[in-house]
Amino acid sequence: MAELWSIYLWPGAIIVAKIVAILVPLLLAVAYLTLAERKVIAAMQLRKGPNVVGWFGLLQPVADGLKLFVKETVIPTGANKVVFVLAPMVTFVLALVAWAVIPFDEGMVLADINVGVLYLFAISSMGVYGVIMAGWASNSKYAFLGALRSAAQMVSYEISMGFVIVTVLLCVGSLNLTKVVMAQQNVWFAVPLLPMFVIFFVSTLAETNRSPFDLPEAEAELVSGYNVEYSSMTFALFFLGEYANMILMSALTTILFLGGWLAPFGFAPFTWVPGPIWFAAKISFVLFLFLWVRATFPRYRYDQLMRLGWKVFLPLSLLWVVVTAIALVAFGWVPQ
Amino acid sequence: MQELLVQYLPILIFLGIAVGLAVLMVAASLIVAQQKPDREKLSPYECGFDPFEDARGRFDVRFYLVAILFIIFDLEVAFLFPWAVAFGDIGALGLWSMMVFLAVLTIGFVYEWKKGALEWE
Repeated sequence: MAELWSIYLWPGAIIVAKIVAILVPLLLAVAYLTLAERKVIAAMQLRKGPNVVGWFGLLQPVADGLKLFVKETVIPTGANKVVFVLAPMVTFVLALVAWAVIPFDEGMVLADINVGVLYLFAISSMGVYGVIMAGWASNSKYAFLGALRSAAQMVSYEISMGFVIVTVLLCVGSLNLTKVVMAQQNVWFAVPLLPMFVIFFVSTLAETNRSPFDLPEAEAELVSGYNVEYSSMTFALFFLGEYANMILMSALTTILFLGGWLAPFGFAPFTWVPGPIWFAAKISFVLFLFLWVRATFPRYRYDQLMRLGWKVFLPLSLLWVVVTAIALVAFGWVPQ
Repeated sequence: MQELLVQYLPILIFLGIAVGLAVLMVAASLIVAQQKPDREKLSPYECGFDPFEDARGRFDVRFYLVAILFIIFDLEVAFLFPWAVAFGDIGALGLWSMMVFLAVLTIGFVYEWKKGALEWE
């Protein structure tokens, strides 16, 4: 009995505790990101934003969540019921499980696997399934067209993201996320790989269907895109998944280009701040960029969007992979 | 092997908890909220009339084309991943053989560009 406890139950309990320690702050961050979005955009448009529910509107996300929770779950008659309910769950679950490999500090990671980058890439690719399932199962024209557009857009930018990640991997020589961060102790990859950083950031905007690439949600033509038939908690799961994905992509940008949990300068006042705080601050900065872009730029047209992805980003990132590889060999900078 | 499995165990548990959370949220809402379906409420979103036909009809072939192109390039990226990780060990031969591979793919890319496969008017 004591053996069972020490070998299985106790380590299992520790793992569950760690997962809860990731999930609770993550879900809180998602909730308050929705508030931050409304507040930031309001400030940029010289409005006040939500300020009625709670002090400074701080209880607004709770009120929104509660409202969605007590709404009726509408499942259209023509819908494929099982797939219809499954789709938001897929989106939500995928947005959460990706966090299993994110390092918050040196050694502060749930599963320090060797193929962390590949795992993240795979999970973010699978996000398309939730969208396609939702669009197909709804059996509604708007949802179907929105899902098709969304899926085509996501896979298009997935490719340039892949090339950008390969460029970073060339400079690191490992797929382990902790090693990716540790390779940036001298200089963050955002400096030598600046064009790749920009491409990656814009691709994450397109990948998460954010403005100015939020075509699937173009209200004037597709009402709300693939989630038009959803209501109540099934809609909330899509919403939460989308925002969790935004935070995940910001975390990935931070790890690949902004030095993860490392302090910007390796000396006294900067190194006093603990790593996770730096990590959170950098994620918040990237998220602020997401919101800033949304408040600033008009929406792209669909052909412009596809042109940017296939004719600009793809050749450019492919070229940069080649340039980086040759430069590394020519200057003898290949990591061992 | 044992060690490898132990490394991935937290991910499996995480997956279980995430699925549980998703199911719990939807199920709790179904139980707590009042459900009053009627025919009009459950009809698909349309401008005030019943849809004329099934939504799963024909759609633009270009979406299919994008999917095919995606598979080609995503496979390419999948080839590049191990190459990038082993870059320090494979030396000049590894570099130039990958350059040849990329050159072949670039020819294909130029061809599809010229053929207009990337045009959306």
